Amino acid sequence: MPKVTVDGIEIEVPAGATVLQACELAGKEIPRFCYHERLSIAGNCRMCLVEVAPGPPKPQASCALPAMDNQVIRTDSPMVKKAREGVMEFLLINHPLDCPICDQGGECDLQDQTVAYGRSHSRTRENKRAVTEKYMGPLIKTVMTRCIHCTRCVRFSEEVAGVDEIGALYRGEATQITTYLERAATHEMSANVIDLCPVGALTSRPYAFEARPWELKKTLSIDVSDACGANIRLDSRGREVLRILPRVNDDVNEEWISDKARFQVDGLTRRRLDKPWLRLDGKLQAASWDAAFAAIARINPGKSVAVVAGDLIDCETMFAAKKLAEAMGSDLLEGRQTGLDYDCSNLAAVNFNSGLAGIENADAVMIVGSQVRWEAPLVMTRLRKAAKRGAKVFVVGAEWETTVPTTFLGTDLKVLEKLPKDVEAALKGAERPALILGGAGLGKGALGACLALCEKFKLVREGWNGFNVLHMAASRMGGLMLGYAQKGGIADLVKAKPKMLISLGADEVDYTRFANSMIVYIGHHGDKGAHFADIILPAAAFSEKPGTYVNTEGRVQWADKAVFAPGDAREDWTILRAMADALGVSIGFDSFEELRAAMAAAVPALGREGLADYGALPKAPNGAKAEGEIAAYPILDFYLTNPIARASLTMQRCSSELLHGESFAEAAE
Amino acid sequence: MADRHLEPDSPELRARWGSFAWTKANVAKAKEIVARYPAGRQRSAVMPLLDLAQRQVGAETDTQGWLPIPVMEFIARELDMPIIRVVEVASFYTMYNLVPVGRFHVQVCGTTPCMLRGSDDILAACKKRGMAKGHTSDDGMWTLTEVECMGNCASAPMVQINDDNYEDLTAERLDAVLDALAAGNAPKAGTQEPGRHTVEPSGGPTTLKEMVKANHDYRKEW
Repeated sequence: MPKVTVDGIEIEVPAGATVLQACELAGKEIPRFCYHERLSIAGNCRMCLVEVAPGPPKPQASCALPAMDNQVIRTDSPMVKKAREGVMEFLLINHPLDCPICDQGGECDLQDQTVAYGRSHSRTRENKRAVTEKYMGPLIKTVMTRCIHCTRCVRFSEEVAGVDEIGALYRGEATQITTYLERAATHEMSANVIDLCPVGALTSRPYAFEARPWELKKTLSIDVSDACGANIRLDSRGREVLRILPRVNDDVNEEWISDKARFQVDGLTRRRLDKPWLRLDGKLQAASWDAAFAAIARINPGKSVAVVAGDLIDCETMFAAKKLAEAMGSDLLEGRQTGLDYDCSNLAAVNFNSGLAGIENADAVMIVGSQVRWEAPLVMTRLRKAAKRGAKVFVVGAEWETTVPTTFLGTDLKVLEKLPKDVEAALKGAERPALILGGAGLGKGALGACLALCEKFKLVREGWNGFNVLHMAASRMGGLMLGYAQKGGIADLVKAKPKMLISLGADEVDYTRFANSMIVYIGHHGDKGAHFADIILPAAAFSEKPGTYVNTEGRVQWADKAVFAPGDAREDWTILRAMADALGVSIGFDSFEELRAAMAAAVPALGREGLADYGALPKAPNGAKAEGEIAAYPILDFYLTNPIARASLTMQRCSSELLHGESFAEAAE
Repeated sequence: MADRHLEPDSPELRARWGSFAWTKANVAKAKEIVARYPAGRQRSAVMPLLDLAQRQVGAETDTQGWLPIPVMEFIARELDMPIIRVVEVASFYTMYNLVPVGRFHVQVCGTTPCMLRGSDDILAACKKRGMAKGHTSDDGMWTLTEVECMGNCASAPMVQINDDNYEDLTAERLDAVLDALAAGNAPKAGTQEPGRHTVEPSGGPTTLKEMVKANHDYRKEW
């Protein structure tokens, strides 16, 4: 552990730390543009210059200099000040003075650091370099004249995304950042370069000229577009959420989010259900809340009630609905809309036990029936890290582009019973072998066989649990914890022929099987579910209610409310509470706090933030067989997996342009 | 340098170069080049292969050669690397031509030592013959480019024409070289000053004179 002195403060830094990290540990701010904690070191912006002794008598780029024992580092000397001023001046030679019309204004590294470290005026008289705009797809807007060539975007696409899409062409002052032949960036995490860009060269296209950062109310929330539970920030103004940004959480999403999580935001204001609807004579007609509840009271279902939960629903809503069903005398709850019926008696068997952060330590990964890139882009970034450290990756299922060296073992699940010798050797020899079972594998009933594999290869050992199930719905783990699982899946609900089916924003259910039930749809979008509903009660989207979400690794997280639901829409739990009155039962809470307390009392894990403990894995069922073929994965279109995304113009365009190859004419500017 | 650009991707370009593949001789050469690098590091061969491809394009078009986009894609496939990385390399180094050039690519050095020794005259002489910076003459013979230092400062001014340097130029000497090239001859490469062989001092050695004929120990004289 080297001991260094930073501005007279003596500190010990971890071996292998850079001078920049040493300075940060000492509490000194080092300005930087190209250096980024999660990317490789480039050392090309020169903004992080400091004075280091012993060493040459000139400023050193601290980001690329290893901290050594007995180094004396100065960040406050006249030399450093002058060096920073000089670098700032060079960077600004070609940077346009268009801050007033730049979307990065107010949250721009270059702007902030110019104020903090630059000179007060410019000495250059020459014309500035101009660079033509580059097309980077429907999500990323480019103003390349502003680019300062930090190459963060290039490094992101190569290292984190794993798809070499962005590159730096030409050289020196003429360097241009571009995608190959200005094709759209297609990776499902590509828009993270917007956050990485320290200037306004890469900005958000859908958010262009929408708002200034200081006008926005920031609300901490949880992403519901997949089951990873990425930590996000909702930036809202008035009653509208304008954009979604990632928050840093090393345990979950580091600081990335998928393009869907970021850009489905415009779907929150489109196709919304903002008043109750009743089906009269086969046609949906707008109604008042009173009329809607009167209609519900008329159903008078008695015990014949079932609840099916959608993919985006928070635990509070599910708990309230469960309480309502219980009060009516029913326990028909289900959240696996598409008919999955895997065994949920032990939640450890359907949990991502390695953890999102843990999986990057795996050294052999077997993926069974999961298109991880689309089902959980954040898990794919972790798997890339693991693969870079030498982990071998095997996939059972149809082939997809994994961005890591992969061995495909075919589509037939039988291979699990008799693995090829080299695969067996790799899993046996691995110190931390892992298995990831995805939706397609669960659908084919491979859970038992995978548990058998888990025992065979000892995936669970001291300090390591390598058995993982990767879900796709934000509500899945919470739902399972609340008992939203029947033995036979949704087929049990069909069999029970409930008089009233309460649908909590469930849009993927085949409602034709419930033709004789009165369907009460509590949701926020006029999507598939609403089309089949007999009574529609407008509810709040994830941005419009506080809620508890449990991600696929069993991490309980809380989201806040950013804005109010539109029109007559209400928070889901209040609707369920009012329904209880209409149906003449009591569900035991009158406020959100009471609801949360009741939920925490019923399922203590939901009352604590952090990983829920599901105990040990169950024994593999006897004679578990793996059969069937995984020829396709459940997600057919990454950009249109939930009602919010389907309503979003941005996501629709991404789908048609990036996945279906349509081209869009660019408006002339 | 700043005016470098990629030849736009067009159906005609694809039609002309889409089926680019190594000639028989170059297949062996490419194999030998890739074999210079450790297995799995075949990407390191991108620069020599781009050069080889440029020469093959040159042979096919009777020019110095250039790198159309389909050819760069061919190299990317050959080396199993992302195409953007190939384009990065090709666009970084000025010796890869990104647009079609003429039979002779006249690269005049305009950096300070050459400029002081009269590169302006050289450029003027080129222009007099109808060349224009960054353009190919109508007969497809000449492409003129002003480049930065080529490392021939001791025999400035210089031009590089395809694979050869011509140094110690004056307008007349350059004309003689270009005339010879146009006539299909191969003028002597290197210095054009009579009596000078390489970059030794003009008019005989000025230092270490004793060393010219035999080894001489100067240490006693310090």
